[in-house]
Amino acid sequence: MIHHQNCTHFLNSLSDYVDDELSAELCQELERHMSDCEDCQIVVDTLKKTVYLYHETAEEPIIPSDVRVRLYRRLNLDEFLGDMQKREIDSR
Amino acid sequence: MSDQVRLEEDFSLEALQNGDQAEFARVVEAYSGYIYRLAMKMLQNPQDAEDILQETFIKAYKAFPKFDGRSKISTWLYRIVTNEALMFLRRKRPDLISVEVPRQDDNEDDLKPLQIIDWCCLPEAELMSDEARRYLDESVDQLSENLKMTFILRDIEGLSTKETAEVLDISETAVKTRLHRARLRLREMLTSYYKERLPQTV
Ligand SMILES: [Zn+2]
Repeated sequence: MIHHQNCTHFLNSLSDYVDDELSAELCQELERHMSDCEDCQIVVDTLKKTVYLYHETAEEPIIPSDVRVRLYRRLNLDEFLGDMQKREIDSR
Repeated sequence: MSDQVRLEEDFSLEALQNGDQAEFARVVEAYSGYIYRLAMKMLQNPQDAEDILQETFIKAYKAFPKFDGRSKISTWLYRIVTNEALMFLRRKRPDLISVEVPRQDDNEDDLKPLQIIDWCCLPEAELMSDEARRYLDESVDQLSENLKMTFILRDIEGLSTKETAEVLDISETAVKTRLHRARLRLREMLTSYYKERLPQTV
């Protein structure tokens, strides 16, 4: 649990810091504080890592081909499915 | 993050407004992957996500004549799918609506980090194991609807604060506040999970 008055003061700025959107002044202040306060350093590091992990593990925006076929069918767009996939369906 | 690069939008708005099927098919081709991924994250179920994917494009096709092109097509589609998903969740779990309103989201004290444990040193293989990935998804699912939608759009889909505000129809300040709360909650949940995997110190 973070106790210092100072730590609470920085809490609301941590996301901006992680996103590199903090004003230069506040950024310096926070970094100075973190060099003395291991707790805040850990919160920032794990917050950064949390965001990083969600970025890294996001799936590719690729639609499974059967889902895609059913989508095109539902939209009456079969003719735009593309030749390869159409052949695949016809051969079934 | 190559998958988060926004696509060029070089569609003919006029053709889309006139119901041109070929042009609409190009839009479907360009965005269906993103819409499907978003629906999956929000609903956590392939069948539900597929239903919402189809509904989104049916709605979009019907609404294109009224689309004024002031926002990007992608943002507009994100808005449709987000609303569809929210309506779906409320139909499916009407009991959750009442819980949503007072929620402790606005309580500042709640934001205070509780667990100060450094798990950053864990190897990537551990941090991103199949089990960990499932835990990451489940954790997002545990957020309140407001925090969940904001987090998914900003940190998973990679939309800007401005785009997210447009999609959710809230202010940019509200996006920032919700994103920050969502991240702090997730950090807490991830800490609970990863701390168990740290090498034991005697
Ligand atoms: Zn501190």
